Amino acid sequence: MLKINNLHAAIDGKAILKGLNLEVADGEVHAIMGPNGSGKSTLAQVLAGRETFTVTDGSVDWNGADLLALPAEERARAGLFLAFQYPVEIPGVSNAYFLKAAVNAVRRHRGLPEYDAMDFLARVKAEMKAVGMKEEFLYRSVNEGFSGGEKKRNEVLQMALLEPRLAVLDETDSGLDIDALKIVAEGVNRLRSPARSMIVITHYQRLLDYIVPDKVHVLSQGRIVRSGGRELALELEEHGYGWIDAAQGDKAGGASAGARP
Amino acid sequence: MSAIDFWLGRQRDTAADLPGADLPWLVRLREDAIDRFADEGWPTTRRENWRHTSLAFMAQQALAVRETVAPEAVVADLRARYRAALGTAQDPARKAVESAGDDGHWVVFVDGHFAPALSAIGGLPGGVRIGSLADALGQTPEAVEAAFGQAGDGEAPAALNAALAADGAWIRLGRGVAVEPPIHLVFLTATVADQHLRNLVVTEPGAQATIVEHYPAGAAGSTLTTAVTRVLAAQDSHVTHLKLQQEAPEAIHLATIEAEQARGAVFASHSLSFGARLARNDIRTRLAGEGAEVLLNGLYHADGRRHVDHHTRIDHARPQGTSREFYRGLIDGSARGVFTGRILVAQDAQRTDAMQRCDNLLLSRLAEADARPELEIYADDVKCAHGATVGQLDEDALFYLRSRGVDAVHARQLLTYAFAAEVLDRIAHAPLRAFGRAALLERLPDGARLEELL
Repeated sequence: MLKINNLHAAIDGKAILKGLNLEVADGEVHAIMGPNGSGKSTLAQVLAGRETFTVTDGSVDWNGADLLALPAEERARAGLFLAFQYPVEIPGVSNAYFLKAAVNAVRRHRGLPEYDAMDFLARVKAEMKAVGMKEEFLYRSVNEGFSGGEKKRNEVLQMALLEPRLAVLDETDSGLDIDALKIVAEGVNRLRSPARSMIVITHYQRLLDYIVPDKVHVLSQGRIVRSGGRELALELEEHGYGWIDAAQGDKAGGASAGARP
Repeated sequence: MSAIDFWLGRQRDTAADLPGADLPWLVRLREDAIDRFADEGWPTTRRENWRHTSLAFMAQQALAVRETVAPEAVVADLRARYRAALGTAQDPARKAVESAGDDGHWVVFVDGHFAPALSAIGGLPGGVRIGSLADALGQTPEAVEAAFGQAGDGEAPAALNAALAADGAWIRLGRGVAVEPPIHLVFLTATVADQHLRNLVVTEPGAQATIVEHYPAGAAGSTLTTAVTRVLAAQDSHVTHLKLQQEAPEAIHLATIEAEQARGAVFASHSLSFGARLARNDIRTRLAGEGAEVLLNGLYHADGRRHVDHHTRIDHARPQGTSREFYRGLIDGSARGVFTGRILVAQDAQRTDAMQRCDNLLLSRLAEADARPELEIYADDVKCAHGATVGQLDEDALFYLRSRGVDAVHARQLLTYAFAAEVLDRIAHAPLRAFGRAALLERLPDGARLEELL
């Protein structure tokens, strides 16, 4: 269970998240939608532990632990996974080495035996097949010269190998054509389980045709302004984000009037 | 002391006993060389080519061995490491090396003199000669004279070398012959404080060989190595040269590698500079014939208060030459790395294609790197590109690794290794590449952990 309470975060003194509240129960898939600049990616990076963002207020409780107190690598070992919007290229580090280092770091932490080279290869090749990646990508440098779709598949591959308890997918659909989107979505759906929660961040409703969320939240100006079921995404698709901003303006006005004694 | 007078005295006292002391041309060359050294002295930063590296301290530097080493042990260790690299390199090159008998040809020099008992030269194709310069001066002095170089060549330390060098490797490759296994040259100070080597490589058209210069850590203490290697690459010959400098932490290492390439000759130089307190490598080549190709590839690592300087020069003298130059530096502690890459394209050298890059990674706040390209182009139909960077580890890549559970220390090591490994990837010969990689990992903190995962 993830509980985000009144989260405020800033970068270079500029406030981005301004009192965000969110609860995700085990096994649930939550979609977070919002216009550009609403704070979607900041939320993903703060959850993963990026130090360039400063948390100025609020808390994140994850299964009873203070998530914000952990460095990024410990969050990952405890089962948090961020699928990057822009996966980083690492020239000179082979994908095979990278995947093995990551998987074994996580397995060590969980008290599982580290994979030997053969077992690891067998496992990774099976998962690669499932996400439609050719084996040659094992021996290329991490994400170097990969197309947009190949990078996103590589993210889903890492997620499958690391078996997270909480996966945050940051605009995994951006830059994908419909076929690549389907493959990525299938990869994500295969990983849905009662023990695994997911936060799917997206700008477009399209992805949610393939990854059907339990709940949809709309992020605007650093806060969640609406929450609902799947139909909320369809409403957004129809009316656009302007509708939310306008509704939010009315609601804010009404709330402040109502709060007056 | 290492003052100028000390070296003048040394030359005076030993000249008569040097090999070739009966050859008038060599006697004159040695005298001219010591005169030149006396005249110029140790270079200081006032000299243009020594702007970032001063040897002025040498005038007060006492050279002394504090602890000797057993050369047998050093050579055995080196060969064991090479065999280990052969084991990890799974490719046909291994067969070629094994067919030579053992693990290639090994020519060992201890304290500046050929050590036949420690050397192992396997069967060689006809027309190939591998031996010591001292012997060659006795047997084929005219051939040596043609390749020896002049007193005025190179920088002042090269003149000191010309005056004092008693030995070095003598390699002659006949027309069209290919020596498949690498020819390893090992140079080591075991009991004395200074060694001066002159290596001459002479090829006839179409010959091919790979020559490796090893400078393993020898005697502890303040020691001096001067080395000059000259490569005369005839038409369509292929010479690959790899130098692995791993001298002891207090050593001073001053070296020149000089090549002359005839039409269509291909020369590849790999310089891996990991040891010594101060290491200076002058690497030059002249593309003297049409369509010659050169690769200058280098990697240096310095930490503590150590200093490493590569000063390279490529002379494109004739048309349609191709040069590729890639240097990378890892600078840690309060160390300093210097790179100067001079490329000269003569008016006659049309359709030259030259590319140069130097990238430095600063691993600490006090580390310092200077990378300076110097291009002089007199032809109008040329392609010349150059770039130099000095930077730190990529924060995005560090975070990406950490977000996958890799701890920060390991992530830094991995990215540092990856940055350097790109240079090693250009070493075509797989066992040598593996050997270079093992030498690099030894320099990096916790390299053993990286190695088991690679």
